[in-house]
Amino acid sequence: MGKPQYHTDIVKSFVNWSLVWGVVAVLVGVIVSFQMVNPDLNYPPYFTFGRLRPIHTNAGIYGWGVGTIFAMFLYMAQRLCKTPLWSLGLAKFQLWLFNITIAASAVTLLLGYSSTLEYHEMEWPIDIMIVVLWVTFSINIIMTIIKRKEEQMYISLWYMMAAIIGIAILFTVNALAVPVSAFKSYSIFAGTNSANVQWWFGHNAVAMALTAPPLAMFYYFLPKTTGVPIYSHRLSIISFWSLIFMYLWTGAHHLLWTPVPDWIQTLAMAFSIMLIAPSWGSVINGYLSMKGQWHQMRDNYLVKFLILGITFYGLQTLQGPMQAIRSFSAFIHYTDWVPGHIHMGTMGWVSLVSVAGIYFLLPRIYGREVYSIPLANLHFWLVVIGQLIWSTSMWIAGVLQAGMWNAMNADGSLTYTFTETMVEMYPYWWIRAIGGIIYLIGILVFIYNVYMTVQKGKEPAPKLLEVEGRA
Amino acid sequence: MWEKKPILLMLMATAAILVGTIVTMVLPFVWVNTEADRIEGVTPYTPLEQEGRDIYMREGCNNCHTQTVRPLVAEVVRYGDYSKSGEFVYDRPFLWGSKRTGPDLARLGGKYPDAWHFQHMENPSSIYPKTNMPAYGWLSNNALKPDKIRRKVEVLGFPFTEEQIAELATKNEMDAIIAYMQKLGNDIPWRQTARTEIVGELRNPFAGADQTTLAAWKPLYQSNCSACHGANMEGGIGPELVGEYYDEETLFRLIYDGIPELGMPAYANLGTERVWQLVNLIKYDQAMGN
Repeated sequence: MGKPQYHTDIVKSFVNWSLVWGVVAVLVGVIVSFQMVNPDLNYPPYFTFGRLRPIHTNAGIYGWGVGTIFAMFLYMAQRLCKTPLWSLGLAKFQLWLFNITIAASAVTLLLGYSSTLEYHEMEWPIDIMIVVLWVTFSINIIMTIIKRKEEQMYISLWYMMAAIIGIAILFTVNALAVPVSAFKSYSIFAGTNSANVQWWFGHNAVAMALTAPPLAMFYYFLPKTTGVPIYSHRLSIISFWSLIFMYLWTGAHHLLWTPVPDWIQTLAMAFSIMLIAPSWGSVINGYLSMKGQWHQMRDNYLVKFLILGITFYGLQTLQGPMQAIRSFSAFIHYTDWVPGHIHMGTMGWVSLVSVAGIYFLLPRIYGREVYSIPLANLHFWLVVIGQLIWSTSMWIAGVLQAGMWNAMNADGSLTYTFTETMVEMYPYWWIRAIGGIIYLIGILVFIYNVYMTVQKGKEPAPKLLEVEGRA
Repeated sequence: MWEKKPILLMLMATAAILVGTIVTMVLPFVWVNTEADRIEGVTPYTPLEQEGRDIYMREGCNNCHTQTVRPLVAEVVRYGDYSKSGEFVYDRPFLWGSKRTGPDLARLGGKYPDAWHFQHMENPSSIYPKTNMPAYGWLSNNALKPDKIRRKVEVLGFPFTEEQIAELATKNEMDAIIAYMQKLGNDIPWRQTARTEIVGELRNPFAGADQTTLAAWKPLYQSNCSACHGANMEGGIGPELVGEYYDEETLFRLIYDGIPELGMPAYANLGTERVWQLVNLIKYDQAMGN
C-alpha cells in the first residue's frame, strides 16, 4: 500500500502561529506580574492590569493552547486515519480565521470590550468568529475520520471528538447574550444563574480544551516516541468515558460558599473527588507504558517532556479535587494559591506535552533533524524551574494570605486589615515575576531552536522516514 | 464496536456530556432567580449605576475584586453580611470574581462617603500608602453618552425616567462608577440588622496612659483613620478630631458602631481593645492636634 500524501504545510503554519501567540501570552503574563508589584506600571486607559490580564489568559488558552491543538489534530488525524485531510482549503481558511480571531480578541480586549466572563471575555462579534472557527475545524476533522482508511479509531481520536463536541456546547451556551451595540451585550443569564453557567463553562473549558486534547497528544506521542504501545487499552477506555462523564458535574466547585444552591456545590465537590480516578487512570497508563523503558528518560529528551507533563497532570488532578472540598476551599479560595494551581496545569502539563509534540513534529514536517538537543534540554530545565518557582511561591503566598485573612483575636476582632495582608504578598509576587521571566527565557530558547531547525537542521536519517511510513 | 463508528462515538460522548450539564446547569434554572429568591428592597440599577457597572466591567475590576461574601466568620466580620442569591437578580452577568488581589466589594455600598471614593480612585496610595491599586482619576475626563445608556437600560428592561437620562449629560465616568459602587450590597438593610449592641458599662481600660504609650498607638490611627481625618487629626474627607468635644464613651460608640448615614464606617472588627486605644489617642495625645 502506498503512503498517502499528507498535508504538512498547514501543520507548519499552525505550529508557527501558535508559537507567536504563545510568546504574546507569556510576555503579557510577565508584564502583568510586574504591574502587581508596581501600580505605576499601569498605563491607562489601555495598558492596565484589568485589561491586560484577559489578554494573557485568552492568548494563552486560545492562541497558544488551541493553536497547538489545531496543529496537532490536523497532523494526528491524517496519520491515525491514514488519509489526507478531508479539505485542505477549509484548513487554510481555518488558519486565517484563527489568526484574525485571536488578533481581534487582543485588540478588542485592549479597547475594553469585555464580557468579564473568565476565559470568555471576548464580546459577541468575536464569539461568532470563534464559533465559525470551531465549526470549520470540526467539520474537517470529523470528515477526515469518516473517510479514514484505518477501521479502528485510536484513543487520541476519541478525545478529539469529545473535545469537538464539548467545546461547541460549552462555548455556545455561555456566549448567549443580547447585543446592545457593536461591541456590548448583556448575558441572557442573570446573577446566580450567570455564575453557575459561567463556571460550568469555565471548568469544562479546562476539561475540553486543556485536558482532553493534551491527553490525545500524550496517548499519541508517548508510544510514538518510546516505540512501545500504551500499557492498557481497557484502562484508557474506562478513563476516557468516566472523564468526559464526570467533568461536567464539577463546575460549581468554583462557587463553593456562594449563593449557588448547596446541592449543586455538594455534587460538584463529590464529582471532583471522583474525577481523581479517570485522571489518574491516564497517568498510571502513561507510567506503566514506560515499563522497561525508563532508561529513555536519560536517552530521549522527548520522553522527559512527556513524562514530566503527565506527572504535572497527576499532581494537578490531585490538587484540584483537594481545592474542591468545602473546608479547604473556605481557606484557600480567592488567594494567590489558585493562580499557582492553574499555572502548574498550563505551564506544566499542557505546555510540556504541546512542546513535546512540536519537537516530535519538526523532523516530520520540515524534513530536518531538531537543531540542538542540548538546547532542547536547556529549554526543558528553564521552563520547569520557571514554573516551579512560579507555582510554589504562589502556594506559599496563598497559605500566608489565607491565614492572615482568617486570623482573629480573642475578642472576635480581626487581627489584620486587608492592606496589611496585601503588603505581605509583595515578596512572593516578586519571586513569581522572576519565575515568569525564567519561563519566558525558556520559551525563547525553544523558539530559537525551532527557527534554527528550519534554517540549519540536518537532513533526517532515512530510518525516521521509514517510521513515518508506518504511521 | 463504538471504536469503529465515529458517529456512534460522538452521540455517546454527547450523551455523557449532557447528563451532568442538565443536572447541574439546566435544572437549577427552576429554583434560581425565582419568586422564592426575591428580596424586597433589591432594585434594578438606575441608568447612572448601570453605566458605572459597565465601566467596572470595561476596566476589568473583577480581575482583582470579588463581589460575594461567604458565610464564614472572618469574612462576615471583615466585609459584612454574607451574600444572598436574590441580591444579584439584576446582574447581567454576575461579577463575583475569582481572586481577591484587592478586597471584596459586595458590601462596599454606603461604607464610605463619595468624597472618599473620588480620592481613592484618583490617588489610591493617598489612602492606602502601599496599595497596588492603579489610579483611575482619568475616568473623570470622560463624559457619559446619554443615548447609549438609554438604549442599554431599555434592553435590560430597567425602569428609568427622562430626567435621569437628561442628568447623565452633566456626569462623567467617575460619577457613574462611584454611583455603582455605592449601590453594591446596599439594597438590604444589613448594617442596621448587623449592628452590635454594646451591653454593660463602658470603662476605659487604658485610663491615664502616658504620652509614650499613646505614641505607640499612632500606626493604628494612621492605617485606619488618617486617610479621612488627616495625619494630625486636622480633618479632610471627615471632620477635624478634637478630643474635648466627646466623652470617652461617646467616642468609643462612634468608632465602634460608625455613623453610616454620614459615611463613617463601623470599626467593630478592630475589637474593643484597639478601639479604646484610638479613643485614648484622639482624646489625650498632645502631639497630634490636642
